[in-house]
Amino acid sequence: MSLATTYSTAQIRARNKELIEEVLKVYPEKTAKRRAKHLNIHEAGRSDCGVKSNIKSIPGVMTIRGCAYAGSKGVVWGPIKDMVHISHGPVGCGQYSWGSRRNYYVGTTGIDSFVTLQFTSDFQEKDIVFGGDKKLIKVMDEIQELFPLNNGITVQSECPIGLIGDDIEAVSRAKSKEFGGKTIVPVRCEGFRGVSQSLGHHIANDAVRDWIFDKDDPQSKPRFEPSPYDVAIIGDYNIGGDAWSSRILLEEIGLRVIAQWSGDGSLAELEATPKAKLNILHCYRSMNYISRHMEEKFGIPWCEYNFFGPAKIAESLRKIAGYFDDKIKEGAERVIEKYQPLVNAVITKYRPRLEGKTVMLFVGGLRPRHVIGAYEDLGMEVVGTGYEFGHNDDYQRTAQHYVKDSTLIYDDVNGYEFERFVEKIQPDLVGSGIKEKYVFQKMGVPFRQMHSWDYSGPYHGYDGFAIFARDMDMAVNSPIWKKLKAPWKDVPRPKLLAAE
Amino acid sequence: MAQSADHVLDHFDLFRGPEYQQMLDNKKEFENPRDPAEVERVKEWTKTSEYREKNFAREALTINPAKACQPLGAVFASVGFQGTLPFVHGSQGCVAYYRSHLSRHFKEPSSCVSSSMTEDAAVFGGLNNMIDGLANSYNMYKPKMIAVSTTCMAEVIGDDLNAFIKTSKEKGSVPADFDVPFAHTPAFVGSHVTGYDNALKGILEHFWDGKAGTADKLERKPNRKINLIGGFDGYTVGNLREIKRIFELMGIEYTILADNSEVFDTPTDGEFRMYDGGTTLEDAANALHAKATISMQQWCTDKTLPFIADHGQEVLAFNYPVGVSATDDFLMALSRISGKEIPEELARERGRLVDAMADSSAHIHGKKFAIYGDPDLCHGLATFLLELGAEPTHVLATNGNKAWDEKMRALFASSPYGRNCHAYPGRDLWHMRSLLFSEPVDFLIGNTYGKYLERDTGTPLIRIGFPIFDRHHHHRSPVWAYQGGMNVLVKILDKIFDEIDKKTNVLGKTDFSFDIIR
Repeated sequence: MSLATTYSTAQIRARNKELIEEVLKVYPEKTAKRRAKHLNIHEAGRSDCGVKSNIKSIPGVMTIRGCAYAGSKGVVWGPIKDMVHISHGPVGCGQYSWGSRRNYYVGTTGIDSFVTLQFTSDFQEKDIVFGGDKKLIKVMDEIQELFPLNNGITVQSECPIGLIGDDIEAVSRAKSKEFGGKTIVPVRCEGFRGVSQSLGHHIANDAVRDWIFDKDDPQSKPRFEPSPYDVAIIGDYNIGGDAWSSRILLEEIGLRVIAQWSGDGSLAELEATPKAKLNILHCYRSMNYISRHMEEKFGIPWCEYNFFGPAKIAESLRKIAGYFDDKIKEGAERVIEKYQPLVNAVITKYRPRLEGKTVMLFVGGLRPRHVIGAYEDLGMEVVGTGYEFGHNDDYQRTAQHYVKDSTLIYDDVNGYEFERFVEKIQPDLVGSGIKEKYVFQKMGVPFRQMHSWDYSGPYHGYDGFAIFARDMDMAVNSPIWKKLKAPWKDVPRPKLLAAE
Repeated sequence: MAQSADHVLDHFDLFRGPEYQQMLDNKKEFENPRDPAEVERVKEWTKTSEYREKNFAREALTINPAKACQPLGAVFASVGFQGTLPFVHGSQGCVAYYRSHLSRHFKEPSSCVSSSMTEDAAVFGGLNNMIDGLANSYNMYKPKMIAVSTTCMAEVIGDDLNAFIKTSKEKGSVPADFDVPFAHTPAFVGSHVTGYDNALKGILEHFWDGKAGTADKLERKPNRKINLIGGFDGYTVGNLREIKRIFELMGIEYTILADNSEVFDTPTDGEFRMYDGGTTLEDAANALHAKATISMQQWCTDKTLPFIADHGQEVLAFNYPVGVSATDDFLMALSRISGKEIPEELARERGRLVDAMADSSAHIHGKKFAIYGDPDLCHGLATFLLELGAEPTHVLATNGNKAWDEKMRALFASSPYGRNCHAYPGRDLWHMRSLLFSEPVDFLIGNTYGKYLERDTGTPLIRIGFPIFDRHHHHRSPVWAYQGGMNVLVKILDKIFDEIDKKTNVLGKTDFSFDIIR
């Protein structure tokens, strides 16, 4: 049952407060003090969510976070399709992240595209003892020989690289020269750096700046004739095709997309981005750095947008069009109107089935806030949300534009806290990751993975919204949730707060 | 606009429509794509024996390996003990990876914690992370035991687990008598099967040899029990249940060590069981007294078995017994050690498997297979194929060593169908790609990543191995023993028949051979 319809905001606030206090009791004193700063109840009108963020995870608590390597190889660089990305170090990192992120691309895999291959230097003990630079040199030679159509190479550092003092920059410079100026990018994204994936994004952004932009001749001509309507999509990883169902809308309103960062992206697109008239930024968290850099260095403005759900899509199309002339503004109106019948049909079909249902989210990047609008378009209410690796500017955006009063906020939530929160709040749906999925399904709570779209998608754009609505309905209203208890054991679910 | 609320198009259909195809075509202008003729030329070149030679000459680069790193195996083994929380000391991203990897295969939760070491720990060592981490885990997750292993970060900086755990106990992180076994599991040595071995040995050593100097060593008082170790196994749920059934049928007293068959198969009934089943800590300690220990996977117990043998037990290793002879050997060993007879029921199961093989062998006999996976799995499957008169032409184990190579050669030499078969230790799936182009086979057996090989080379893939991400629930059925052999046989046959049907289903062209009875 949905709480919002049963309880007043004040009651929910009181319950959430009690819930936080209860959760903190499990910790040793020092840990309780630290975790208390990451948990809060949002107060309407505040400029942020009142939680600390982007701080080290506490040992032993079962954080959901990953590492800098995941942020660089897994998120930012991995999807660039025509470059070979070396997982430099022991075999595991590359193995566990092999093909699991669903950044779709078009290409001849293994010949001119390499996203779903696992290239690793597979460090052995001797590489740790004597250093891995010699091996890296040979790895690059072998890549050149066996994959002659690669357009560049990146070195994605795993933990040992920074600890054993390898000089991957020197190797990259030397090999680039040897290979006739080939783009070779060393990335210092060792997993122990920073507190989460987030620093990996930043390091990866900086690597684009230092090893691609700074090496390009600023006077060089793009390979295409520039137009006044050139934009770049920044921070869309094309999970399940998200960037495609976004691109089609931008083109329909009359813009020309000259680059995709980085889903289905290519080196040429990265290089051409400084020629864009506007950078449009979806995942602010992972790519604001390079957007700010391009603004400072090349004078390219950037604007954030949100292509989840029709309300935010329309708002975003108008916002983007606002940077251009009437032709584009009219294009935006035309496109919004064109898709209105689809939007109406989707909402007519699914809203009655989802109205009033409550959702708890815990995701990374932009999604803890960006998807809220899409749920609201379907009449659903997000009652709890938190960021795996957000910073304060994410929580500001969340507070100012997305969450309602009394929403439970949990930064860097861990297994214990999340389980307790869901157990007590009993939302109708949880949206989080693979590590959380089966925990909550066992508890009988419908679940959707909101990193991989649970192998569905796209969820961006109007085409994606139809899939999103269908998927949420499928999860929430699956008949299986009525079969949890053997009939001879069936007892009514304990009412929320009843025990308290 | 192709999308509609009535028939929601998924990604498979949506992007194949004309609007998106046109859009993707237009995108190429910005991609600086290679000349399609050049792409075609290189694609064909990668199929040649010239390319194969260059590919096999690789010394440094690994492409698409069929192995993971040690701590994954350590986590897998640790959750096989009752109420045990695996604790991996080092960077935290690793733990997120192990948990995701295991969850994607088993479609189950996977609980494990990290000591979340960062830059400061890289400089000063991770002692404080251990002290805080153990205290937090102990209070939050109420485990009966915390099994510690390491990521490569902790190994490179040389953190000493024994000393760290001792200090943590002195600081009160966990009670002094709380069980915290440990194993160093460097990712740059061996693979996940090595990690399994190290973790299991660490746990047994803890219980048997005086809990890191905090208790008396146990004195062995031999009893009649038999210990069994499953090894790192994607089919652990089905296989260990099958083994238990056999033990019970034979009336043997047994202990399964690292029994994770329950924790990776909990019911959905409203309750999340973070811990479930598992070898009790008491049984783990008492396993010292057993008469013998059987390992189902030699290369998962390279160190554990000698350790057990040193304590006075008979030890015995198998290589992932699939099919008739391997199961015969296993059962006869059980019978010999326990003094129990093999019951008629198992003889009948054997007969049924032989019956099924006789019924269907005409479709498998003489077919060529490529197999890749963990060393024991490869050996087990190759043994079964030889029994069926099939040829395991290419058998590849990225984490196979020289001893494995020799054992595979001996296996091939033991059968006329092994004459043209080769083992490839230390090779990866890009090598396999060259093998499949230059020496084609009829079928490929491997994990989910084999689908890339299937696509590139057209060799139909039979999914057996770990991980299997893109097919569901097969881990619940055994592949060991006679009944497991039956499951493997059916899996292989289904693919063979599907392929024949696929090749003969063109109306007006192949109306012949599209048979109703096969």
